[in-house]
Amino acid sequence: MIHFVLLISRQGKVRLTKWYSAYPQKERTKVIREISGEVLARGPKLCNFVEWRGLKVVYRRYASLYFCMCINQGDNELEVLEIIHHYVETLDRYFGSVCELDLIFNFHKAYYILDELLLAGELQESSKKTVARLIAGQDALVETAKEEANSISNIIAQASK
Amino acid sequence: MNPFSSGTRLRDMIRAIRACKTAAEERAVVRKECAAIRASINENDQEYRHRNLAKLMFIHMLGYPTHFGQMECLKLIASAGFPEKRIGYLGLMLLLDERQEVLMLVTNSLKQDLNHTNQYIVGLALCALGNICSAEMARDLAPEVERLLQFRDPNIRKKAALCSIRIIKKVPDLAENFINPAAALLKEKHHGVLITGVQLCTDLCKVSSEALEHFRKKCTEVLVKTLKDVANSPYAPEYDVGGITDPFLHIRLLRFLRVLGQGDADASDSMNDILAQVATKTESNKNAGNAILYECVETIMSIEDNGGLRVLAINILGRFLANRDNNIRYVALNMLMKAISVDAQAVQRHRATILECVKDSDASIRKRALELVYLLINESNVKPLTKELIDYLEVSDQEFKGDLTAKICSIVEKFSPEKIWYIDQMLKVLSEAGNFVKDEVCHALIVVISNAPDLHGYTVRALYKAFQASSEQESLVRVAVWCIGEYGDMLVKNVGMLDVEDPITVTESDAVDVAEITIKRHTSDLTTKAMALIALLKLSSRFPSCSERIRDIIVQQKGSLVLELQQRSLEFNSILEKHRNIRSALVERMPVLDEATFSGRRAGSVPTTLSPSTMASVKVPNGVVKSAAAPLVDLLDLTSDDAPAPSSSSGDFLNDILGVDLSPASAHSGASQAAKNGTDVLMDILSLGTPPAQSSSSTPDIFSLSQNQKSPVASLDGLSTSSPVSARAASSQAASSIIDLLDGLGPSPPAPENNGPAYPSVVAFESSSLRVMFDFLKSPGNPQITVIKATFTNLSSNVYADFVFQAAVPKFLQLHLDPASGNTLPANSSGTVTQTLRVTNSQHGKKSLVMRIRIAYKINGKDVLEEGQINNFPREL
Repeated sequence: MIHFVLLISRQGKVRLTKWYSAYPQKERTKVIREISGEVLARGPKLCNFVEWRGLKVVYRRYASLYFCMCINQGDNELEVLEIIHHYVETLDRYFGSVCELDLIFNFHKAYYILDELLLAGELQESSKKTVARLIAGQDALVETAKEEANSISNIIAQASK
Repeated sequence: MNPFSSGTRLRDMIRAIRACKTAAEERAVVRKECAAIRASINENDQEYRHRNLAKLMFIHMLGYPTHFGQMECLKLIASAGFPEKRIGYLGLMLLLDERQEVLMLVTNSLKQDLNHTNQYIVGLALCALGNICSAEMARDLAPEVERLLQFRDPNIRKKAALCSIRIIKKVPDLAENFINPAAALLKEKHHGVLITGVQLCTDLCKVSSEALEHFRKKCTEVLVKTLKDVANSPYAPEYDVGGITDPFLHIRLLRFLRVLGQGDADASDSMNDILAQVATKTESNKNAGNAILYECVETIMSIEDNGGLRVLAINILGRFLANRDNNIRYVALNMLMKAISVDAQAVQRHRATILECVKDSDASIRKRALELVYLLINESNVKPLTKELIDYLEVSDQEFKGDLTAKICSIVEKFSPEKIWYIDQMLKVLSEAGNFVKDEVCHALIVVISNAPDLHGYTVRALYKAFQASSEQESLVRVAVWCIGEYGDMLVKNVGMLDVEDPITVTESDAVDVAEITIKRHTSDLTTKAMALIALLKLSSRFPSCSERIRDIIVQQKGSLVLELQQRSLEFNSILEKHRNIRSALVERMPVLDEATFSGRRAGSVPTTLSPSTMASVKVPNGVVKSAAAPLVDLLDLTSDDAPAPSSSSGDFLNDILGVDLSPASAHSGASQAAKNGTDVLMDILSLGTPPAQSSSSTPDIFSLSQNQKSPVASLDGLSTSSPVSARAASSQAASSIIDLLDGLGPSPPAPENNGPAYPSVVAFESSSLRVMFDFLKSPGNPQITVIKATFTNLSSNVYADFVFQAAVPKFLQLHLDPASGNTLPANSSGTVTQTLRVTNSQHGKKSLVMRIRIAYKINGKDVLEEGQINNFPREL
């Protein structure tokens, strides 16, 4: 199972954190600091796994961003690399060649996509198409709600003139 | 309208934060935003609630406190619209964790949303539940989730399946409710549902053996078929990863099959074919393919034996190991560790490659490889492998040296074929990476050195040479200084030359140099310096010609700012100046240290059935502080943490005079005459360890003891001599003789009683209220067996009721207790209870008896417990 997902920039800034195991808030800060220290210090040609507190952190660098997932000792590290890539491809498809700025300004979108991909620390969907469809469906729902709200406020505005 | 909230949009806030040049600026921006959000929350502003929460999430990610926004999440979740709920649930998962009480408040909203008509809202609720639910919520909402496993939309079914995993992990009792709906998911075609269903079933098997049985019987066939279909499926763009259709599904199926096959021959049999197919047909040029192969190998290794498949699996690992991709090599090493228990021979074949991996530039790979090498070592390959590892130690990274050193030390200790090899390897490690060697390892080395009398000369010379070469390694210096102190004369006189050695010329003054350099070097730590001081004291008697110089060095430490050193310096100086005549006896060579005691101590506990609470020090008749803890480890520690408060008068007294942190007095000193006590305690002050038997043979010179104490056997036998004398005598005399020792020379204490017959009775235990005498009887035909008659006498004026005597012995002994003659002990020594003990000593002739006892009784209905350790058994038992 995946205990948590971290997105850390090259400068050590946190871009996304998702916790599937219970880490109290204070502990989270410590974990993030430890993991960024370990992962950012590693050279480019080394393997993508770091052993940490009896668990394993699988990480992969995409441009300036490190995607890290923490798993149990016995889990399949190679598969987790695929899951990371799967997530990145889904993001890419959604944002259209995603970059760090997309994830900063639309961090909530990145979370929504992750929530369609992983749940309870396990993979939920292996089809990028399905994920895209589900997100699009929900985004549409939000849009219609917004339009409704706008039209209502327009009506109110007109009525109160 | 609120003047604050009208302002920034989320985007603007993020921009403002990103524009900050310093942390202080950022803090200011965040503080301003937080103030605005708080104000907005206080006004119960609905319009901007979701924007506020989004901002809070961003602020939270930056690491600022956001707890004040938690209730906002709940309000958003409770509102009707989808956008509000969406952001509300996201905030819930981000800002709260399962430990927070606030979470309980959301249970009701969750329940409503799980029953919502909009499937996206159901999805949101399931997602939140699956990610953060607590045990209580799991219990409350399990029926809803169970129902949703059969929901019409597959996207809800898959979410419900994963949510169920969280629920059964939190509340394993609920597992059985999920077995049937989970089994139904395995027949689905939708990949998402199939993946999550398989995962749910796998996790069910972990918490419920009933589930395991059920799936094994009903589902193995289906799963094998599903795996076959996926493996043989044509190109499917939706699920394709690097030319393989849905590797995620592959892996989960393989993992589930592993659980089903483990320990079940039939199930294992039915999956053989498909495993063989996956193992041979899967493309291994992409990561996805390798991930499947990796999982497949693990499954093959775990299910019931099939020779052909295992060969296939080991071959795959061999290929992995030769791969240039570090990730693949890493998992290969990982898997080989598991394969060792299955086929050690096959893994041994890859030894050379694995050893190369220890030297890899990648820390993760090195660590894995080192653990694997550690498992691969056996008697036959220990020498070459250790050599390789030690050679590598020279060039390895600083941060890896710690791990590597620990492993090498452990290997050398575990497998060393002979002592000289052990000593050689340890010296190499100490010279290379002495700063990384743990204290216990040094202690163990010293014990081994002490136990190899024919190597003393060789060792001390080797250490001398090593010290000259690398005096910066703390542990090396410590061992060297200790050995030079002990065996300095052998160093100078080239005693016990081995053929392999080159003779070296070391003068007495050279040897003293070593200790002097050590004391004066500012990088040496306190323990090392203190050890060097002791070494000097010892050398002062070994090398009379240097004693003036040694005195000078010791005197210089008088000015040390470290109390411990200053004190030692004063004490030693006093020994050198005022007590020249006892000096030689005081600084005798250490007795051979008992390896068994030491390793027992290292293993963490002395083998005994009594609880550790019985380890407290007990006053024993001869007035020496008896501590259950063996003192050997204190050998190198000046300030022993576990030194029990000395309870005997002599101990107290000394403590007062010298204010020294007394290390526990020898548990082995069975000797009981006053004079020896005096030396014992003094020895302890000097941290010289247990009172040597030899010293008992030389103490008579000072204290003019009677000659019969100098039995040659006792002085040769080293440790754990128990002079068979019954003496409760002398705690006061012990104390007095120590005062004398420090002030001038004491009067001769009373001569001890003569040795009795072969097995004299001993007072095994005595307190103010109770005395236990042991009489010994040896069965003639069998020297291992000793029959002990214990006689209990009540010294108090109260009657003891419910009198129970218990005893515990180390593993090499066997103890049989006969029933006692009674359970009431009359007062004022007016009667006794006797009990017979039969002890079998499997190490007869090598080790003497020891015993720990506990006596329980009632005085006027009140429970009393007395405990003690008996070490004064006659040695020959």
